[in-house]
Amino acid sequence: MEFSREKRLKARLAGDRRGDLYPHSLQFYLQPPTENISLAEFENFAIDRLKLLKAVENLGVSYVKGSDEYKSRLEREIRKLKFPFKALVEDDYDARRKDHISHFILRLAYCQSEDLRRWFIQQEMDLFRYRFNELTGDLVEKFLKYVNLSYGAISKEVKEKLAVQLLNSTPGLNGAKVEELEFYKVPLQEAMDLFRVRRVYLLNAFTYVPQTDIVAIVLNNYRTKLSKALALTARSLPAVQSDERLLPLLNHLSHSYVGPDYSIQKSIGKISLEHIDALSVKSFPLCMRQLHRALRDNHHLRHGGRMQYGLFLKGIGLTLEQALQFWKSEFIKGKVDADKFDKGYAYSIRHNYGKEGKRTDYTPFSCMKIILSNPPSQGDYHGCPFRHSDPELLKQKLQSYKIPPTGITQILELVKGMHYQLACQKYFQLTHDVDDIGFSLNHPNQYFAESQKLLSGGREVKKEPSEPESSQQKLSSQKSTSSCSIPISSNTEADTELEGLDAYFTED
Amino acid sequence: MAGFEPGSLPDLLPLYYRRLFPYGPYGRWLSYGGVVKNYFQRREFSFTLRDDVYVRYQSFNSPQELEKEMQKMNPYKIDVGAVYSHRPSQRNTVHMGAFHAQEKELVFDIDMTDYNDVRRCCSSAEICSKCWILMTIAIRVIDRALMEDFGVRHRLWVYSGRRGVHCWVCDDSVRKWSSAMRAATVEYLTLVKGGSETVKKVNLTDPIHPFISNSLSLVEPYFEEYALVGQDILGSSESWEKVVALVPESVRESLLREFPKKHDSIQRWELLKKKMEKCKPCHAEWEIMLQYCFPRLDINVSRGVSHLLKSPFSVHPKTGRVSVPIDLRKLDQFDPFAVPTISCLCSELDMAHEEEDGEKENEAEPEPRRRTRDYKKTSLAPYVRVFEQFVEEMDKSRKGELLKRSDLQGDF
Repeated sequence: MEFSREKRLKARLAGDRRGDLYPHSLQFYLQPPTENISLAEFENFAIDRLKLLKAVENLGVSYVKGSDEYKSRLEREIRKLKFPFKALVEDDYDARRKDHISHFILRLAYCQSEDLRRWFIQQEMDLFRYRFNELTGDLVEKFLKYVNLSYGAISKEVKEKLAVQLLNSTPGLNGAKVEELEFYKVPLQEAMDLFRVRRVYLLNAFTYVPQTDIVAIVLNNYRTKLSKALALTARSLPAVQSDERLLPLLNHLSHSYVGPDYSIQKSIGKISLEHIDALSVKSFPLCMRQLHRALRDNHHLRHGGRMQYGLFLKGIGLTLEQALQFWKSEFIKGKVDADKFDKGYAYSIRHNYGKEGKRTDYTPFSCMKIILSNPPSQGDYHGCPFRHSDPELLKQKLQSYKIPPTGITQILELVKGMHYQLACQKYFQLTHDVDDIGFSLNHPNQYFAESQKLLSGGREVKKEPSEPESSQQKLSSQKSTSSCSIPISSNTEADTELEGLDAYFTED
Repeated sequence: MAGFEPGSLPDLLPLYYRRLFPYGPYGRWLSYGGVVKNYFQRREFSFTLRDDVYVRYQSFNSPQELEKEMQKMNPYKIDVGAVYSHRPSQRNTVHMGAFHAQEKELVFDIDMTDYNDVRRCCSSAEICSKCWILMTIAIRVIDRALMEDFGVRHRLWVYSGRRGVHCWVCDDSVRKWSSAMRAATVEYLTLVKGGSETVKKVNLTDPIHPFISNSLSLVEPYFEEYALVGQDILGSSESWEKVVALVPESVRESLLREFPKKHDSIQRWELLKKKMEKCKPCHAEWEIMLQYCFPRLDINVSRGVSHLLKSPFSVHPKTGRVSVPIDLRKLDQFDPFAVPTISCLCSELDMAHEEEDGEKENEAEPEPRRRTRDYKKTSLAPYVRVFEQFVEEMDKSRKGELLKRSDLQGDF
């Protein structure tokens, strides 16, 4: 009897404490978590939050922030990734805990440079804004009290004296509203986002904020705190980085691609060499289309291009034999003779497939990797065209690909905002004539796979040898015809050989 | 007045730095009362030496050490940077990432070349008395906003030495502002937007924010003299076409038709105003005034906490003019062409010296005292006076603050 009563008491106490820890579904993340967690949980929490923030970024550019579409899609993401959403405190503990811990982990990864900090703060603010606006009724007041943001409202007399100025400086008000709303006197520094666009009255280092605009104040406060915290974190980072369990994960996070790595070729990707030219126009992302074109035109690609394009081709299903044939036939047309090819270039192609040296089977590069590392120099064609091409040249190229002018403008806007992957998504939409790409682009092979899926109506792509007529049609219908006719190789034996390969490593 | 030759700088600078540069008030300014530990010592200076040799991250243990170094190096140009977390000259002894800029005055740089699209009197690199009015307007507008809207007290406006003005905002709290705050301030103060591609750079919508209406009342008194008389913006069809491009389409045709019938810019402006009355909701009249006259700030100068800016009393290597403080009480009378050049100051010194030859020179007199008398004999004197008053004001208010604080704490 006694024993069970004790048990019940214990259970209630634990619940209360948990409730105290996270009384609201959102927070300013002022206190770091102090518990122990497993490395697995550490990693999973971090990756989930990263996915969430990337979704926030994506949605923020594709839809008007705060619109119904934006809100419903963001809600979906939050629910999917199990972050806090509109729940009672007792039911939400795990989500809130995850929210708390994952935020602090990502701080470690994203404090390291100005660019990373800016990105992190931007997404966290957008996420916060969404959650704050979802607070209902008196939860707003309660939250404001909780974070010590209760400002003093100005008296009726002061309001009357300033009525004209208040009316003229605060958009969306009329005389009656000025009378009825409370105005808070907020110090200049805490209302940065309001005064810089002149949406409030500013007098003697104080802004006069109507209660309807308080969210901007809260956001400003959050941003200031987060910015300071990140700067502090950067300074203590060396200590964290010395923990060798964490260092690789943290480096990985800030550059990471968190999706399938396309190291294992699925049947949907099997292609024939005859189709490559057509495929490069229809289903390749711009970077690979560019590389393919350069290879055809110059009969050569430098190392960076060979790596990026070669691995991509492997990822879409090109076998080692096909690859050797493909590259050799092209290089021979240039300055390389067959012998030299076999001695030099063939070796590195085999290396890419894990057949030489340390037998690492390299994985195709993700967008993040292409954008961030190994920028192209003169004579290179690799990299991400949205990131590395001069906007004027990019525009011309898109024009030559018959992309409609409005589409080009949209793409250039995204490029200007440094949303390179979103620009590529837009390119996908325009070349496939769809309104919604339906996925978040992170990897060139993903682009290819999705494109093929779309074009084949979801069915499997036809395998080449059995339909020579249709492939001929494809060849003749494309504009850029190179005079080569690569013999269709029967590669079924090679396929089965590759199918058995297992050990895949991620090259970093 | 001696004409200035850039080639003479190596001879003139040593004299300037020995006898004229106002080290006293300068050191007092940058020490800010010695309230914060090592504030002066953690300040970055940069020097541009002969042959464009540029050295950054110079720091000094005291204003006296700075003085000695300046007299040794005779820099062509001196820039003032931020106060860092550690002494800049010792930054290599600090952990990576730990060395960072902490505080700096909020600064503004207003350059005449940013107004090239709205002034016809001069080519890009030059200024004249006609377009100088733009600087006067800029100072009035920005200064009012700094004082009334931002509650700032200690501002020093300085002539840059060639084509513009700088402002140093020195309040304690402002020096701590983040770069986001500085950028936000510039954004608040910006009304003219767009580059060479943009025809209409000012667009006003109702309601008109008090900042805009306050600024307009400062711009209006100068508009006629500057734009209608000086720049004659409605004087010929070539120039009035640019103005007409800024009014609503519905009015353009009738204006273009009726302008030739009027005699001068002033009459045409009246006509334009009358026409604008009829299409009430728009504010083209104000928009034109602002596009032609409103201050244009360089956000990059103001935003960075570590941004280096030319020091007051530095010499401009191309014009020889000294970067002198501007007396706001006499703003309308300020004449950039009357600002002394280093060669003129040095010859004034020589002449004063000749006069003294007759008197007995007291050899035992300490250098600083002699120097105090020295600049007083030259045209630099009134400008140093303005600077001294600025520093005194800060001293006074600092003492006031300390008194207030000690009153509150009950220390005596």
